[in-house]
Amino acid sequence: MSLVTKRNLADQDGAYAALIGAHKGLSDAESTAFNARLILILMNHIGDQAVIGEALALAKASGGRVAG
Amino acid sequence: MPYDYKPFPFVTPPGLTAPEPRHPVVIVGAGPIGLAAALELANHGVRSVVLDDNNVVSVGSRAICWSKRSLEILDRLGVGAACVEKGVVWKVGRTYHRDREVFNFDLLPEPGHRMPAFVNLQQYYVEEYLAAKALASDLIDLRFKNRVTGVSQAADGARVEIETPEGSYTLEAGYVLACDGAKSPIRAMLGLEFQGVLFEERFLIADIEMEADFPSERRFWFEPEFHQGQSALLHKQPDNIYRIDLQLGWDTDPAEENRPEKIIPRIEKVVGHGRFKLDWHSIYTFQCRRLDRFVHGRVIFVGDSAHVVSPFGARGGNGGLQDVDALGWRLAAVVKGAAPAAILQRYDLERCHGADENILNSSRSTRFMSPSDGAERWFRDATLALAGHAEFARPMVNSGRLSVPCVYPLSDAPDVAGMPLSARPGAVAPDAPLGNDWLLSGLGGEMVVLAIGKPAPEGLVVRAVEVAVMPEVKARYLGDADSALYLIRPDQIVAARWERAEDGVIDALVAAIWEGRA
Ligand SMILES: Cc1cc2nc3c(=O)[nH]c(=O)nc-3n(C[C@H](O)[C@H](O)[C@H](O)COP(=O)(O)OP(=O)(O)OC[C@H]3O[C@@H](n4cnc5c(N)ncnc54)[C@H](O)[C@@H]3O)c2cc1C
Repeated sequence: MSLVTKRNLADQDGAYAALIGAHKGLSDAESTAFNARLILILMNHIGDQAVIGEALALAKASGGRVAG
Repeated sequence: MPYDYKPFPFVTPPGLTAPEPRHPVVIVGAGPIGLAAALELANHGVRSVVLDDNNVVSVGSRAICWSKRSLEILDRLGVGAACVEKGVVWKVGRTYHRDREVFNFDLLPEPGHRMPAFVNLQQYYVEEYLAAKALASDLIDLRFKNRVTGVSQAADGARVEIETPEGSYTLEAGYVLACDGAKSPIRAMLGLEFQGVLFEERFLIADIEMEADFPSERRFWFEPEFHQGQSALLHKQPDNIYRIDLQLGWDTDPAEENRPEKIIPRIEKVVGHGRFKLDWHSIYTFQCRRLDRFVHGRVIFVGDSAHVVSPFGARGGNGGLQDVDALGWRLAAVVKGAAPAAILQRYDLERCHGADENILNSSRSTRFMSPSDGAERWFRDATLALAGHAEFARPMVNSGRLSVPCVYPLSDAPDVAGMPLSARPGAVAPDAPLGNDWLLSGLGGEMVVLAIGKPAPEGLVVRAVEVAVMPEVKARYLGDADSALYLIRPDQIVAARWERAEDGVIDALVAAIWEGRA
């Protein structure tokens, strides 16, 4: 298996709204902690270290960190 | 009862009056690793002189957890049974977050092994037993209060400068084993770099004596109520001694923290009362480092002088004993002229591999305990939070991955697909009961062919051990196969396995191993 980068959710807008909604009312620190838990849960669900590696690489490549 | 340190006598070494004949092997350091190395060489018929700057066994307990593999090695050296008898046998570890158990592990879930998963035994006992054996051996000349001050080497040997209470002398040696510990003066004498990391964290390590009936399990807490925000470890030893590790944070003052007035109230909170005696305590900062290579001409590094790890996972002393296991038979063969020095490079290769695995595991555990600020802490805390709610997160909670022997990368070794992974080439041959005896005891310390469920081929260059297909033997060695031939090295590592071996194949591999080609 390789990382799915094509559209994979029927209701993308709904899923996006659920993600934002879950962070509602959280402080930045709480949001950070929430995201960390969420990532661990999803990572375990994926269960394929190669796919996770591709996801890490994509996240890194798309970050466009400002030099400084 | 606190340990009763009996100083070993200083005996005037012959070298103080007249030059000594050249010794095949001089071992510097009579810690567990130097003593084990001397006994292992003696098992292979090789003499050694062991020099130690001190005259008592380990001051303070330091190592307490000795692994199954170490016990098997110690057994070959004649002290395994004593260690198991005196030690506290355990195999279950429990990890708590606050007051909730989030994870537990059983290190030896299956029966049918002679040695237990672990025993806890103070390092001074292990050294006492090893020293007694060494002193009783005709092949070992153990010299206390002999401090090595210089080492130099030529192509065919090394010179060791020694200081004693009665003066200085020099020894000539074929090989020098630097078993002089984490601060290895020999490493410095040879100008070798010790690369790795230091963890910016302090731990209070204390042994206390108290009457209690705590279970013989390893118990580890993240963020317990009794030690706010940090981690804690409680572990049982013989003689009513308990080991306590408390994480203190980097910003603490080690001198201040090491005062009993400061330590006792901390421990009272852990055990819930003040009815204990402080036996030994120290404040540690841990490191994971290793030498780039362990064999430097005629000087060979073994144990902590070659590599150090943080103690979570008990991989220091146990890793060192595996060094001894990998070195002894090879060095003995070189000294006897039965193998070229090239074979020592295999020690280097295999134990660097082992050290890397130990360093990797110890570093990960230490970082999980003491994450740096930012992402590392977010994910650590997320794992702990999830552990109470989701099964997958529990084994991610890392309070130490306890020492198991590594599998050496013998990638070219003959193997049979589908046979059990536990006995693949590079792994320690698994133990199994054989009626009244044990498989590992029957292997001894020489190269053997283990023929399972069939006779061994005739006329092999090595001894053959024939074994019937008992259930454990089948599960650990055969899997679906009906029979197999295993070549087992003197360190009880599986060198290769076949269902059927063509004529001459086994002998050819044996020759390659002795030549350092496999
Ligand atoms: C708190 C703590 C807990 C630990 N827990 C565990 C555990 O549970 N399990 C485990 O396996 N390991 C554990 N370890 C690690 C273990 O203690 C070491 O790995 C082990 O002591 C290494 O043995 P060694 O013989 O290589 O070195 P050492 O034990 O340090 O011995 C070196 C010897 O060399 C001598 N020496 C030094 N310089 C000279 C010189 N110039 N001339 C002559 N002699 C010299 C010293 O006097 C000493 O006797 C722990 C360590 C610590 C600190």
